[in-house]
Amino acid sequence: MIEVQHVTKRYGRVTAVDDVSFRVEKGEILGFLGPNGAGKTTTMRILTGYMPASEGKALIAGYDVFTHPLEAKRRTGYLPETPPLYPDMTVREYLDFVSRIKAVPPAERKTRVTNVMARAHIADMADRHCSKLSKGYRQRVGLAQALIHNPDVLILDEPTAGLDPKQIIETRQLIRSLAGDHTIVLSTHILPEVAQTCQRVVIINKGRVVAVDTPDNLTSRLKGAETMFVQVDAPGADAGGALATIPGVSRVVAADGATPGAFEVESERGTDVRRELARTIVNRGWGLLELRPMRMSLEEIFLQVTTDETAQEPARVAEETQEAAGE
Amino acid sequence: MNSVRNVFAIAGKELRSYFASPMGYILIGLFALLFGMFFRVYLTMFAEQSQRMAMGGGTANVNEMLIRGVFHNVAIIILFIMPMVTMRTYAEEKRSGTIELLLTSPITDLQIILGKFLGAMGLFAAMLVVTAIDIAILFRLGNPELKPVLTGYLGLLLMGGCFLSVGLLISSLTKNQIVAGVMTFAVFLMLWIVNWFADSLGPTGREIVNYLSITEHLDDFTKGILDTKHIVYYASFITFGLFLTAKSVDSERWRG
Repeated sequence: MIEVQHVTKRYGRVTAVDDVSFRVEKGEILGFLGPNGAGKTTTMRILTGYMPASEGKALIAGYDVFTHPLEAKRRTGYLPETPPLYPDMTVREYLDFVSRIKAVPPAERKTRVTNVMARAHIADMADRHCSKLSKGYRQRVGLAQALIHNPDVLILDEPTAGLDPKQIIETRQLIRSLAGDHTIVLSTHILPEVAQTCQRVVIINKGRVVAVDTPDNLTSRLKGAETMFVQVDAPGADAGGALATIPGVSRVVAADGATPGAFEVESERGTDVRRELARTIVNRGWGLLELRPMRMSLEEIFLQVTTDETAQEPARVAEETQEAAGE
Repeated sequence: MNSVRNVFAIAGKELRSYFASPMGYILIGLFALLFGMFFRVYLTMFAEQSQRMAMGGGTANVNEMLIRGVFHNVAIIILFIMPMVTMRTYAEEKRSGTIELLLTSPITDLQIILGKFLGAMGLFAAMLVVTAIDIAILFRLGNPELKPVLTGYLGLLLMGGCFLSVGLLISSLTKNQIVAGVMTFAVFLMLWIVNWFADSLGPTGREIVNYLSITEHLDDFTKGILDTKHIVYYASFITFGLFLTAKSVDSERWRG
């Protein structure tokens, strides 16, 4: 449905997007993940026909956005980073205006406006001026605007930015419910959002695509080995040494923190050592307090693929994680 | 059909935005006030003169001595008012980000520009309609000729269109509507006074400068003469202004 082929965008000497290619199949939700300034917005602007690419091409439903802009735009709904609202129009007037310029047939305009207002939960604000709306409502009016002509493709630039936790959950549900009928590309720098909403992720950094995969695959692919977290109650015994002798275990290290008896047990990829671990511990008469696989979180993957000096970053990411976890 | 609909959608939006804020009413009121002041000045002058001429046995021509003079001075009003009409058209859309909505909608740049131009023309037409009250008073109390009044209004509309197309172009060059307004005013002033230099330029230079001056072409309209030469001039001026606006919008797109 969407095809981006070797797209490059230069502003003077600065290369904002460098040879980006990806495809989005019909009905799919693709997450566009990257730090601020990575080129997400630029790529989306090229996809929506707002600006042309310096090189390469983008296709929407088979139409080149540069050579056949009207056909492509008719099939695209776009929510820019700042919702493009006219402050002196009411929500209803605004949506009516958008329906006109998006080529909605005159007879259908009224029902389309009512429908999208219901869908985006803004019906109660229909006669309020856009300038008087809260950030959350502005965002939802922006989303309603993108849906008004029932486009095949939805391009959403940070659709949950500035929303409160409840609104974020509602917006994500709305987006998920739109998949299937619509093909969606959404950008975000909030990692859990991608894991929760998207079927596929494109990670972009400094204008280049650094990874494309499903959130699950990314998680496992980027890990060389399986790691188990084990906590045993074995006073006085060398539990770590004992665990290391189990076949398949490649390395045992004491886990971070002061908890005694906590270990990270690494095993070769593809071998499941959980049964052996449990048996060994129980046979020795120790207490098995905790045993769980440690998966690399998206945060870690993200850092791994987007930064060279991981050490500087965790603080910032931790903040964001907390923000997101607050949902 | 569809493209006409798009143009009118934009024009309607523009017109509504003038009247959704006090801006539209203020501009119309200001225009009516200034027009009224010129009207009053010329009326007093006309009254004195017609009295003098009546003593000599002749009659003064209302069209020649009153209406024409007032129409010529509309150029001055336009000079001050039009920058305020056009300054926000593009600049505001760029600042608030709504330009992203327009440029990603299935409409062409030309449709957007024409829509904005028509919207501004609509506001200008509303201004002229209000001034018709003053002229109507003359028709009630005297008997001016109708034709020069109608052609005069047509001339004003076309001349206003020229200024609007320049204003639109300048607004498309910046994000800041104050900058757009000031620049537009400066350019209007230059366009207005360009023929003041005409006399110092020798015969050929004078011809050229007079031809280029927007206000010079109004004269025949106010006399009741419809000359294709002037209509072509105004129409091509407007077309050129809108064409440059289209180029400016397009180059903005490439620069990002």
